[in-house]
Amino acid sequence: MDAAVSHHTCKELLVSLSDYLDGEAAEALCAEIERHLADCEDCRVVVDTLRKTILLYRTLPPPSPPQTIRARLLHALELDKDAP
Amino acid sequence: MTKELPAPTLLSPELLDEAYEQRLLERIRAGDKTACAECIDLHSAGVYRLALRMVGDPHEAEDIVQETFLNAFRTIDSFEGRSSLSTWLYRIAYNAALMRLRKKQPLHVSIDPHVDEEETATTPVQLFDWCCLPEEDFQTAEARNELERAISELPEPLRAVFVLRELEGLSTEETAQALDLSVSNVKVRLHRARLWLRERLSGYFTELAQRSQERN
Repeated sequence: MDAAVSHHTCKELLVSLSDYLDGEAAEALCAEIERHLADCEDCRVVVDTLRKTILLYRTLPPPSPPQTIRARLLHALELDKDAP
Repeated sequence: MTKELPAPTLLSPELLDEAYEQRLLERIRAGDKTACAECIDLHSAGVYRLALRMVGDPHEAEDIVQETFLNAFRTIDSFEGRSSLSTWLYRIAYNAALMRLRKKQPLHVSIDPHVDEEETATTPVQLFDWCCLPEEDFQTAEARNELERAISELPEPLRAVFVLRELEGLSTEETAQALDLSVSNVKVRLHRARLWLRERLSGYFTELAQRSQERN
């Protein structure tokens, strides 16, 4: 299971994966990648798990600043005196 | 073609309105305190998130936010508008965070803008397909904590690029401006960050998938 992706074609494909997943790869490159994925199980797993990784962090709720941060900031910057 | 991934969606409409930003800048330069407060309301959450992801400590992140706005309002006349206001603020916050990291770990935080090849080696090793896990396994508090931990452990040269580009939704060009990197360098770092996270998360999700297979 833990055998690094090592073939020359796989390594070449790896470089273009972000462009491919972002929809920024040229049509010819997409076709080439998809042909390779049809025959290479290791690369298919990398593509699928990379896509899932991106989906997971893009749907992660963002950390919220503490409620008090605004008041503290306005006070520290002396903006609270005349501010509404 | 690839299945479409959701874009990061943290940018509010005001942040994209150039005319509004120009008026806001003029008011800040004129010493209008309400405009400064408006600027804080618009940008402090994003600046806080970047600072928090960089230093990992909420109190320190809050200090960085304060430092950022203090610096920004003091030097607003030197802001030439070659980037957007938010990009400029991210840049100030990033530099403040980096200064703190360097003070804490002078030997571990690179001052060289080039990514350390050794540290960020991203050749895929984990080749188990954990996408088969049920969706609820990805939404547990434990899975989210694992993801948060993985992001916080991203090698420092990759982390700021990842946060600005992927979590804050800046464009590649804006990220490059904020971090003083070339566009191609941003692309390379983002790609490495994604592969690094995939590798890191694969350890956790593979174990989860294998445990689930053993039970069934």
